[in-house]
Amino acid sequence: MKKTSQQGRLVPRLLVIVSILFLIVMLVLPIVTVLVNALKNGWNEYAAAVSDQYTIKAMQLTLVATITAVLINTFFGLFAAWLISKFKFRGRKMLTTFLDIPFAVSPVIAGLIFFLTFGRIGWAYDILNKINFQIVFAVPGIILATIFVTMPFISREIIPVMSLQSEEEEAAALMGAKGFTIFRKVTLPHIKWALLYGIILCSARAMGEFGAVSVLSGHLRGKTNTLPLHVEILYNEYQYSQAFAVSSILVIFAIVILIVRNIVEYKGRKESEQ
Amino acid sequence: MYVELKNVNKTFGDYQASEQVSFGIPKGKLIGLLGPSGSGKTTILRMIAGLESPDSGDILIDGNRINHVAASKRGIGFVFQSYALFRYMTVYDNVAFGLKVKKVPKNEIEERVFYMIRLVGLEGMEKRYPHQLSGGQKQRVAFARALAPNPHLLLLDEPFAAIDAKVRTELREWLKKMINTLKITSIFVTHDQDEAIEIADQIIVTNKGRIEQIGIPAEIYKKPATPFVAKFIGHSSLLDQGIRFRGFEAVENLSQAVIRPEFVKVARKGTLKEHMSAAEEGRIEEISFRGDSYEIKVKVNEIVVTANRSLEKEELHLGETVDVLIYRIYVFDGNVARLVQNANMVDSNFIFI
Repeated sequence: MKKTSQQGRLVPRLLVIVSILFLIVMLVLPIVTVLVNALKNGWNEYAAAVSDQYTIKAMQLTLVATITAVLINTFFGLFAAWLISKFKFRGRKMLTTFLDIPFAVSPVIAGLIFFLTFGRIGWAYDILNKINFQIVFAVPGIILATIFVTMPFISREIIPVMSLQSEEEEAAALMGAKGFTIFRKVTLPHIKWALLYGIILCSARAMGEFGAVSVLSGHLRGKTNTLPLHVEILYNEYQYSQAFAVSSILVIFAIVILIVRNIVEYKGRKESEQ
Repeated sequence: MYVELKNVNKTFGDYQASEQVSFGIPKGKLIGLLGPSGSGKTTILRMIAGLESPDSGDILIDGNRINHVAASKRGIGFVFQSYALFRYMTVYDNVAFGLKVKKVPKNEIEERVFYMIRLVGLEGMEKRYPHQLSGGQKQRVAFARALAPNPHLLLLDEPFAAIDAKVRTELREWLKKMINTLKITSIFVTHDQDEAIEIADQIIVTNKGRIEQIGIPAEIYKKPATPFVAKFIGHSSLLDQGIRFRGFEAVENLSQAVIRPEFVKVARKGTLKEHMSAAEEGRIEEISFRGDSYEIKVKVNEIVVTANRSLEKEELHLGETVDVLIYRIYVFDGNVARLVQNANMVDSNFIFI
């Protein structure tokens, strides 16, 4: 009797130990290494690297690209989810599949697609040139690449919850409520947590985006460099401690996002249990 | 006629949900749309509400054709089967929703909402959320919400389906009383014949997308117009191999026949004092306890018929040979139904209750 209960406790303990070891090796050690290396040459050098004008520019660009991508993807994600979950039409499945393309396509290829469309050899180059609008090797390209890569996150999260509820919306419509009122009063409270969760995932992904942005950026320091690109440049220039210092900013962002994510998930779950 | 449907057709893919549906409903009445599941009753309700549009035919309310009037402009109250209460709003906000949408002044909203909440007996629960209410309470909120904006027509889709049996009977009476006080024209959908018979002023029986019969409950029960109605209403036994009972030898031209339990008397062998010439001999195949009576299945001339027997009478046993007296039978010739009396007991003035 005693033996079996001890055995019963042994397996979960072993699994916990294995998981913790794995997490330490794969996650905690590298993050600690980043922070240690960032601070290796002292706090002053860290502060200098972080407050370097190019770093600040890169941080600003990363934030601008992230916020724009999140806003646009929230807007279109809501529309797409609304369309897919509330209406039955031909090609609905197809549209759902199209929405997932950015998940399947490698970001580098996504970058190349835009490069070949809007770049010097692309068909849209002349038109854009006439109105003096540059996409490739400019900020619009960075934003475009970020939007593309993070497109599915929000719609994917809200489609399942949105599909669930239609009688409440019918009830509201029967009482004379207009589309937007129904959305605001009935649909939005229902999808609120899923939407927030999608926004958080989308932000995390947008901040870390490297591949597509790298193709379209042209690596112009202070102009088209995002934080991940800036880290790469510093690294290639053998400025290791600076590279680690800038990386630590991204790590801190990521940790903040993870904490917020957990809070949102917890609150959402608590509410849905009611 | 206040609500009228004329030759309404509706198909979903290759499924015909409504076929030439026509009926009229007088103002102020409570109408039951009764039929088995999949008979197209909910589709009729949703078309009247404007949640579905008919492929052809006209829907009229108060003489106006409303086919192309949006659901939101029809002024109809709708109670959903699952209530569809707004789960992120309190009871108060649920009931107030329709009024807020209509931009009714705030003090009027408050007055009306409190009046409705009092009417459905939920005082003190204004601040609760739907998940904090029982099934019966949710039903009452759904009812109050549908009625708050003063609709001229109330539609209820299986209003009692999700409520347990005991509360259901209570709510049925409550609903009937409520609708009578408010004098609002109402249509409710149900698959439960007892429910329809108990509370409807008029019943519309649907089957396979068609209307089988329209009439007051007693009429539907006593004079079924089609074989379907005769079979669907009451706990009937179907005879499809002809009638081989004494007293019914003269019946001709029949395709089907139906016997209701109340048309059959089962008595212990030799205790039958009258109509010996009309009785048959049978063997008890099955006895089930129904709470207030026994349901007995007897085999007579190789045909099984169902009868009820009071608990007051002496108990019969499985396999016992009994006397079976059949008073009358519904006989169908094609789609025409008629009631045939047992010829051997017509001269009698015996009344069976």
